[in-house]
Amino acid sequence: MIKVEALNKQFGGVRAVNNAWVDVTEGSITGLIGPNGAGKTTLFNIIAGLFPPTSGKVFLDGEDVTGLPPHKLFGKGLLRTFQIAHEFSSLTVIENLMMVPPDQKGERLLNTWLSRGAVKREEEAIRAKAEEVISFLNLEHLMHERAGNLSGGQKKLLELGRTMMVDAKVVLLDEVGAGVNRTLLAEIGDAIIRLNKERGYTFCMIEHDMDFISRLCDPVIVMAEGTVLALGSASEVRNNEAVIEAYLGRGLKNKTPAQESA
Amino acid sequence: MIDTINAFVLFANFVLVPGLAYGAQLALGALGITLLYGVLRFANFAHGDTMAFGTMVVILFTWFFQQNGITIAPLPTALLAIPIGVALTAAVALATDRLVYKHYREIKAVPIRMVMASVGVMFVMNGVVRFIIGPNDQSFADGLRFLITARDFKKATGLNEGLAIKMSQALTVGVAVLLVVALFWFLNRTRTGKSMRAFSDNEDLALLSGISPARVVAVTWIIAAGLATIAGTLYGIDKSFKPFTYFQLLLPMFAAAIVGGVGNPVGAILGGFVIAFSEVTVTYAYKKFLTYLVPTEYAPDGLVQLLSTDYKFAVSFIILVVVLLIRPTGLMKGKVI
Repeated sequence: MIKVEALNKQFGGVRAVNNAWVDVTEGSITGLIGPNGAGKTTLFNIIAGLFPPTSGKVFLDGEDVTGLPPHKLFGKGLLRTFQIAHEFSSLTVIENLMMVPPDQKGERLLNTWLSRGAVKREEEAIRAKAEEVISFLNLEHLMHERAGNLSGGQKKLLELGRTMMVDAKVVLLDEVGAGVNRTLLAEIGDAIIRLNKERGYTFCMIEHDMDFISRLCDPVIVMAEGTVLALGSASEVRNNEAVIEAYLGRGLKNKTPAQESA
Repeated sequence: MIDTINAFVLFANFVLVPGLAYGAQLALGALGITLLYGVLRFANFAHGDTMAFGTMVVILFTWFFQQNGITIAPLPTALLAIPIGVALTAAVALATDRLVYKHYREIKAVPIRMVMASVGVMFVMNGVVRFIIGPNDQSFADGLRFLITARDFKKATGLNEGLAIKMSQALTVGVAVLLVVALFWFLNRTRTGKSMRAFSDNEDLALLSGISPARVVAVTWIIAAGLATIAGTLYGIDKSFKPFTYFQLLLPMFAAAIVGGVGNPVGAILGGFVIAFSEVTVTYAYKKFLTYLVPTEYAPDGLVQLLSTDYKFAVSFIILVVVLLIRPTGLMKGKVI
């Protein structure tokens, strides 16, 4: 579904992503873990088209989409959420959802006045869909609340709702669990599993919460210092030596040559 | 008692009515600036000259209509020419965006570079307008001049003071109200308007939604150019058209946008009236007004004018500085449409 090959990203003198490869298979919930500064979010941003890679390629469904801007990728069914939930804070929850479908008739200035009937019909259809999404997420009581007033977790749910407004193929989730309380996190997890099982969404998620990862993700990709260290099931990577090293640091007997000479 | 009424009528005639009209003109101009800032995130210094350009187009077509005997008396012929002016100005604004600003957006330039680019656009527009219509005063107002003349008012009420309401003033306020209602309906009720608000709220997210940034930007330019043309035309009918005056209007318009909280449309309107009324009340000579109100022996000898009209732009400056010092976000929190 998403295939990343030999991806590099240089920020000035820092190599944030170093020869990374990722293969997210269709219908999977792939986890992407790694210590802070491992380049996970940079990798996500490149896949999502926020900025182009220094070198390397990104494929979506076998098509080369390297460097395509976000709204083009969105049109191809690739959506993402952010580590800190993004929302249109001055619009209501339902309006936020109704912004999502692309190429709405009402977006053209002339249609607003000239073909109001058609615009209205389309809007009704989108509104019905948005209401369905809201009830799927159990957010009915917040439908007409300004999105800016929601709690962090509710905003994450809203972000998940955004992906349901269009028939997303792949969703990139950047730390949905960050700053969300346990109950709400379980709810978000349920929603992700249901979307995966019932609607066939493919997910690729950055996450730090290992319990959450173990519950949802298979396979798990581990990154450290810009490179991909390991790929496997949650329990496999947990016991992978390179992974443990990346998280806890090298033990005394595995000193690097530089440290030895020092 | 009768003196108090006379004083009030005098005040209304020289302060309230002109302030209302001027405020409406500034508000429309400031709305354009604020919308552009809200979506494109830069202060457009060329706005005053866009206004001059739009008004120039309207004047040229007004003259054309007048020569061919097409008028809509008692209304000014300029109203007929406004749609053409809006269309051409919008086209020029879109062309400028394509030629200048688009490049800076694509390379994600810092806002100050966009601002500097707009200063360049300002000079070019400035030159174009002077090249086509010349630097001098142009009059193009026709039709009925007064809705109520001072003499009729005096005759009808028997008061010493007359209240005159110019056609241009009534028209300004009327058109401004209609435009503002239409604009708010547009921003809050239509998909395009909501896209603009969403884009202004969170550009990253807008790019990841079904919002086409190119379309939002284009619509914003069209609306800003339309508002500028209409505001400029109304100002021209009310006073007169001179390219330099329009360039100078940039300051009070910016002051209005910033005082109201830049990026906030309601604030821009509020700011327009705050600036207009401050200018008019500070530069008005209160001698006659006070003579009506206080006993004869206390009547002032001087003009009781706080500031000469030559210094009226200082008022915008002072308000701007005070607001930035005390309440930098403006009267209403801005940033987002």
